[in-house]
Amino acid sequence: MGRSLHAITHIVSCKEASRLLSQREDLALGILDRLKLRAHLAACTMCSRFARQLAFMRKAMQRYRDQD
Amino acid sequence: MDATSFVAELETHRRYLLRVAQLQLRDGDLAEDVVQDTLLAALKARDGFTGRSTVKTWLTGILKHKIVDAIRQRQRQPLVMAALEDETDLDDFDPLFKDNGAWAAPPAEWGDPENALNRRQFFDVMEVCLEKLPPNTARVFIMREVMDLTTEEICKELSITANNLWVILYRARMALRLCLEQNWFAGSVPG
Repeated sequence: MGRSLHAITHIVSCKEASRLLSQREDLALGILDRLKLRAHLAACTMCSRFARQLAFMRKAMQRYRDQD
Repeated sequence: MDATSFVAELETHRRYLLRVAQLQLRDGDLAEDVVQDTLLAALKARDGFTGRSTVKTWLTGILKHKIVDAIRQRQRQPLVMAALEDETDLDDFDPLFKDNGAWAAPPAEWGDPENALNRRQFFDVMEVCLEKLPPNTARVFIMREVMDLTTEEICKELSITANNLWVILYRARMALRLCLEQNWFAGSVPG
């Protein structure tokens, strides 16, 4: 991983990214947080995976509510 | 649909309504009362049911208002706040991260999780995972994800700050994710 990519993923740690991703479910992030998060997700497959799992959980809760 | 069939239809949803009310209220008797009120209200409002949503969705909407009324009436705000302090500690999920903030236990690959949504057993497992959440965490999570209340509405109902709310929802999502991974998706090929 190039030094610049390494630097980008360390602007926001995975721990911070996970908090931002959760927050994004409920409230639009500010422009700075959005950019930091996007940069991190571009370089971090684990957090991208986590983001997909969050989206799935929301869908699952909605299905739980709506499905007979 | 005639009245008798409608009553029968409503009854089929009692178990689901009870599960949701119990997760919210953590009080079996109160949950029973609230569900009973909900079904009675639904019966009275039969003519107002347009069929635009499913009966289950419509009932969930009525249940939401009854639960909010019950929470308001309960007037146990000080207890709620004291309990919340235990549940707003972010450090509980520190073991999942290293000191430098990287994942210590990274999320596993879930394959194609959409398939799970077609399985009755998946929702049984999800219910168990929701039951394992601390009470106030579960309450807030259900208000957000099932009752569809906005963050402002939840903060107002429970007299908590937006910050409290985000921490609680974060904990709920982290716990639920882990529980689903361990109890349903664990069989997937590790990534």
